[in-house]
Amino acid sequence: MADRTPRARGRDPLGLKRAMADRLLPGLVAAMALLAALAMAGANAAATMASRWEGGAAAAMMVQLPRAIAVAPAAARLAGLPGVAEAIPLDHDRLAALLRPWLGDASGLPLPGMIELRLTSLGPASLALPAAIEAAIPGAQVEAHGVWVARLSALARSLEALAWLVLALVAGVAAAMVAVATRAGIAARRATILILHDMGATDGTIARRFAGRIAWLAGLGAVLGATAAAPLLWLLGGLAAPLLGDTLAMPWLALAALPPAAAGISWATAHAAVRLWLRSLP
Amino acid sequence: MVRLENITLRYHPDAKPALNGVDCHLAAGSFSWLMGPSGAGKSSFLKLLQLAVRPSAGQLYVMDRAIHTARRHELPGLRRRIGVVFQDFRLLPHLDVLENVALPLRIAGRGERQLLADATEMLRWVGLGDRLKARPEELSGGEQQRVALARAVVARPALLLADEPTSNLDEAQSRRVVALLQQIHRLGSTVVVATHNEWLAEENPAAILRLEAGRLLEHG
Repeated sequence: MADRTPRARGRDPLGLKRAMADRLLPGLVAAMALLAALAMAGANAAATMASRWEGGAAAAMMVQLPRAIAVAPAAARLAGLPGVAEAIPLDHDRLAALLRPWLGDASGLPLPGMIELRLTSLGPASLALPAAIEAAIPGAQVEAHGVWVARLSALARSLEALAWLVLALVAGVAAAMVAVATRAGIAARRATILILHDMGATDGTIARRFAGRIAWLAGLGAVLGATAAAPLLWLLGGLAAPLLGDTLAMPWLALAALPPAAAGISWATAHAAVRLWLRSLP
Repeated sequence: MVRLENITLRYHPDAKPALNGVDCHLAAGSFSWLMGPSGAGKSSFLKLLQLAVRPSAGQLYVMDRAIHTARRHELPGLRRRIGVVFQDFRLLPHLDVLENVALPLRIAGRGERQLLADATEMLRWVGLGDRLKARPEELSGGEQQRVALARAVVARPALLLADEPTSNLDEAQSRRVVALLQQIHRLGSTVVVATHNEWLAEENPAAILRLEAGRLLEHG
């Protein structure tokens, strides 16, 4: 009954509250907002994983020397190999610290000489390096986990890019949906628009009426979608914790940005669609 | 106020012209009857003056503006100075009578309080001061026509166009509407009324524009 007051009706001369009052658009935008939130969270999680793995990949190879080989000359030899940026000998204390979680205090144990190699590139060329190391220091054992971690990191970066692509796609689909809803609204109110146009209403005035209504409905839908996404993201963050080493922080800022973003995209799309249609009038 | 020079109007390039080689001049403050049989081009003539269509050929001047060369964004301002009474009223069914009449003022950007006061005054003038909150569907044909008239004149237009404003009314209601149109004319508006009722023009002598098959046969 609120729209029956003269003042309220006066603000809606096109009757858009009735022509575009259905729940379809907010419902669809809510679904889009939910997908957008998931895509953003996916991008964030992938970026976090990539950063974490990139750190691990920095130490690309560990070389265990045979007992008879001195560490310092071996490090110098390895540093000269193609693709090796740096060869860092691990001293006894650091080795003992690395082993402590598994062996306890290992300071008294005889430990082999170990050299950490940092590579100029973690690309496919690095796969040939173990053979070169074996040739340079016969009997040396190579642990090339860093190369695989680097590939995992690259995969995570790809997933991050894919998530952003999905987000862009969701925004595009939402804009197309808004354009269709606007065209339906125009069709429903064609006669009224023509009357207003003939009375001297400018294209901007008519377009702003439509855009305001659509932006309100889309913003409302996005609030619903973001609200629905919050518990889902919290749950997924908990599930991803073992991979990330920590619980993923809730993207509150991104969730809060969804309604204004949806309203903004919808406003611009509806405004453009109405103006385009009005250009067919004299 | 209005000048047509060799105007032709076609709704489709291959169609027969709705208006063909029309020349005429309507002085500011004049009252004209636009007459002719159905299909003569009366509505097309009014649509041109209302700036709802542009001429296919010829020159059209409304309020000293060359409409045939005007840019699109220049027209809304002119349209706001033109009032139109349609044969089928064209009231907005989702708005009450007061809001229908207030619409031109709202489009012109008048303040809320002032526009409601002006619309109320206009509805009192047409004798519908007690039907402000009624919906158009609740009114009789004569009442709807008077609402349409109030809406057309509420913004004090320089040019008032009425397309068969009495076609759906009985004689008494027709006389009442014509009396209102003449009052508006006396207030300074240029008025053009399309009608096929010869008796209205005979009872209320004024300039006559007679159209037939898209051609202007009589002007004076």
